Amino acid sequence: MVKRVSVVDVDLCVGCMMCVFACTRRFGEGGVSKSAIRVASIGGIERGFTVIVCRACPDPPCAASCPTHALKPRKGGGIVFDPAKCVGCGNCVKACPYGALMWDEQSGKPIVCTYCGYCVNYCPYGVIKLEEVKEVVAHVP
Amino acid sequence: MFPRDPLPRVLYIDLSSKKYWVEERKELFEEFIGGTGVAINLLREEVPRGADPLSPENAIVLAVGPFNALYPMASKTVAMFKSPLTGNLGESHAGGRSAIAIRLAGYGAIVVKGASDIPVWVSVHGSKVYFRDARALWGVRSTHTVGRVLREVEGGHGFRTIMRIGRAGEKLVRYACVVVDTFRHFGRLGLGAVFGSKKLKALVVVGKGSVPVADKAGYRRVYDDLYKRIMGTPATKKYHELGTAENVLPLNELGALPTMNLKASRFERAEEISGERLAERYLGRRVSCAHCPVACIHLAVLREPYEHEPYFYKTTFVSYDYEPIYACGAMLGIGSAEGLLKVLDAIETYGLDAMSTGVALAWMTEAYEKGLVTEKETIMKPTWGDYASYLKAIEYVVEQPNEFYAALAKGIEHAAKVYGGADFALAYGGNEMPGYHTGPATHLGFALGARHSHLDSAGYSYDQKMVGKKVSVEEVVTYLLEEERWRQVLTSLVLCLFARGVYTPQVVVEAFKPLGWELSENDLREIGKRIHLLKLKYKLDEGFSFDQLRFPKRIFETPSPHGALDPAFMEQALKLYRSRVEEDLKSLEAAQRE
Repeated sequence: MVKRVSVVDVDLCVGCMMCVFACTRRFGEGGVSKSAIRVASIGGIERGFTVIVCRACPDPPCAASCPTHALKPRKGGGIVFDPAKCVGCGNCVKACPYGALMWDEQSGKPIVCTYCGYCVNYCPYGVIKLEEVKEVVAHVP
Repeated sequence: MFPRDPLPRVLYIDLSSKKYWVEERKELFEEFIGGTGVAINLLREEVPRGADPLSPENAIVLAVGPFNALYPMASKTVAMFKSPLTGNLGESHAGGRSAIAIRLAGYGAIVVKGASDIPVWVSVHGSKVYFRDARALWGVRSTHTVGRVLREVEGGHGFRTIMRIGRAGEKLVRYACVVVDTFRHFGRLGLGAVFGSKKLKALVVVGKGSVPVADKAGYRRVYDDLYKRIMGTPATKKYHELGTAENVLPLNELGALPTMNLKASRFERAEEISGERLAERYLGRRVSCAHCPVACIHLAVLREPYEHEPYFYKTTFVSYDYEPIYACGAMLGIGSAEGLLKVLDAIETYGLDAMSTGVALAWMTEAYEKGLVTEKETIMKPTWGDYASYLKAIEYVVEQPNEFYAALAKGIEHAAKVYGGADFALAYGGNEMPGYHTGPATHLGFALGARHSHLDSAGYSYDQKMVGKKVSVEEVVTYLLEEERWRQVLTSLVLCLFARGVYTPQVVVEAFKPLGWELSENDLREIGKRIHLLKLKYKLDEGFSFDQLRFPKRIFETPSPHGALDPAFMEQALKLYRSRVEEDLKSLEAAQRE
C-alpha cells in the first residue's frame, strides 16, 4: 500500500502554515517556494482555512494531461514525477481541480508531493496525517 | 550573514513621485540585525528633525529580521514612524502574515515616503511594485470591506499581507491603527493617521520565495529543537487555550485591573468579560500568525438578531485580547460580554487603537462626571457600562463633529490641556496607558519605555513576581533597563515577545549559527543596548525630556497590589534611570566620535 498526506479535519486548522514551511525546509531553506502543500483562508481568516495538498488520485488527471510522461500514475494512487522529462508546459497545474500542483518559479516546473509526510510532523493540531491510500471502487448504480 | 540571504535589500517607495527602488544595506543589517535595530536607523536617515508627523516628510519604515521565515514564532514586523500621537518616536509591531510576506518578497525593510496626491494603495509583488488608484476605496465605512475588496483584486492568495486603514486613519485620528490581514494591527501610536496623511489606503505585499542558509543540516536541527521547546512550554498552552484574555481574572483578583478610569483596580463584573466566559460562550475560532504554532488569536462569534426580520441573524467575528478587554471593558465599566464585543467590533471597523480609544472614553466619562465637559461637548451622555452610548462616542471620535471630539481625537494628553482633568488623564509621554496597575515597575515602564508601552520592559511581570516583597529603586531600574535592552534584540530578529521564554540568549546564539552569523551573547546584549540608546537619542532629539515626564496623580490614589504607590520612590527611580542612560548616551557619543 502507498501513502498520502490526508486532510483529516480542516476545521482544526489555525492557519499557522507550519506544514508549508516544513515542506520547503526539506531542501534546507526557510520559506514557501518549494512547498507542495498550501494553506489559505477561505475569504478572511474568520471563515477558516483550506489546506491544499495532493490527494493521490487513483486515476490522476494531472498525469493524463502530461504530454511528455514526466508525470506518471503511481501504483496504488498518486503520481511520480521525473523532472528530466518535464518541459514545463503547465498542463498538470490546470488539470488538477484542487490546484494541488504548485509551481516552482525557479525551475519552471511543477512542485510535486512525494508523500513523504515531513509536513505532518509539524502540524500542531492534527489537521493532516500520513495514511495509506484506500482503494477507491467506482460506484456502479 | 549568509551572502545569498536577501535580508539587506531595502525597498523604497516614494508616494510623491510614484517611484520605487531597492538599496542593499548589508552593513546596516550586520550591525543592527534587522527589525527594531534597522528601523530606528532608517527612521533617523529618512525623517528630518522636527518634521510634522502628518506631513510628507514623515516616513513609514517596516522592518523584518533574520529569523523571519526561518524560525517558528518569528512572526512580527516592526513599524517605525514619527508618531502623530506623541510627536515623537512611533513604534508598533504586528504579526499576521506581514513579516513572512515582506521577507519572502525578498526584503528586509520597506520604507514608504512622501505623500500621494490622490488616495492610492500600493501593491508589492516580489520585485514589482504597483501604485493603484484607491479613490473608490476612500471613505468606505469598514476596514473589513476594504480587506474584502483587496482580497478579490490582488493575487498571491495565502502568501500575502493586506495592511489597510479605516475611516479613523483617513480622518487623522492620532491613535488610528493599521489593520493587518484580519484582526492583527499596528495598533499603537497612530500609524493609521500617518497612512491617512500620505493618502495611503493600503499596502499589499505578496511574498512566495524562500531564504537560503549557510548550514542546511544545522538549520533543521536548530529548528526541530526550537519547535520541541515551543510545543513543550506552558506559555504556549496558555496563549492557545484562553489566549491573553486569561489574564483578566488573575489581575482582577490581584487588584491590578484598571477599572473605570482607574478609580478602582478591581471590576465587580470582571467574570463576565473574562477569558473563561468569552471562551465558553463566544469563542468561534482560534487562529495563528504565519509560522507560529501557538494560535493565540481568539475570535468570538457575535450573533445578533435583526429587528425587522424574524429568524434573521447577523454573525460577526470579533477578535479579543487582554488589552482591548481592559480598555473597552473594565475601563468603561462594561460588564457585558456582548456589549464589549460590539464596542471592539466598532473599533475594528473604524480602524482605531482599542487601548487608546478605551482610555480616551474613560477619561471623557470622568471629565463629564466632574463637570469639566457637558453634553454640549460629548453629544451623548457618558455613563459607565452603557456600551450603546459608547458606540456613538466612538463614531464621534472618528468623525469629529465638534471641537471637543476633534481634541479627543488628538489623544487625552491634548484633550486634558484644553478641558482640564490632567490628574486623571492616564497617559504617558502622550500615549494612553496599558492595562496594568500592578505596582511601581509597570508605571515606571510606561513612563520610561521608549515607546511608552507595557511591551517595552514588562514591568507588570516584575511587579507580579515581587508582590509581598520589598522592592528597591536600584533593583527596579536595573530590571527595566536590562529587560528593555534585551527586548531590542528579540524585536530585531523579529520574534513575537510571547516567544521570549523559548528564545533565551543562548538559544538565539545557537539559532544564528546555521544562518552564517557568529554572534556571542555579549555581542547581542551590546547591540540591544545600542539600539535602545539610539531610540532614546531619537526621542531626545525630537524634544522628549525626562523633566516633562509626569505620573498621572490617579495612579497614586488607587492602591495597587504593592499598596499605595509612593511618589518619592517613583521620582527616585526616574532620576536613577535618567542618570544611567545619560551616562550611557555620553559613552555612545564618545565612541561614535572616535
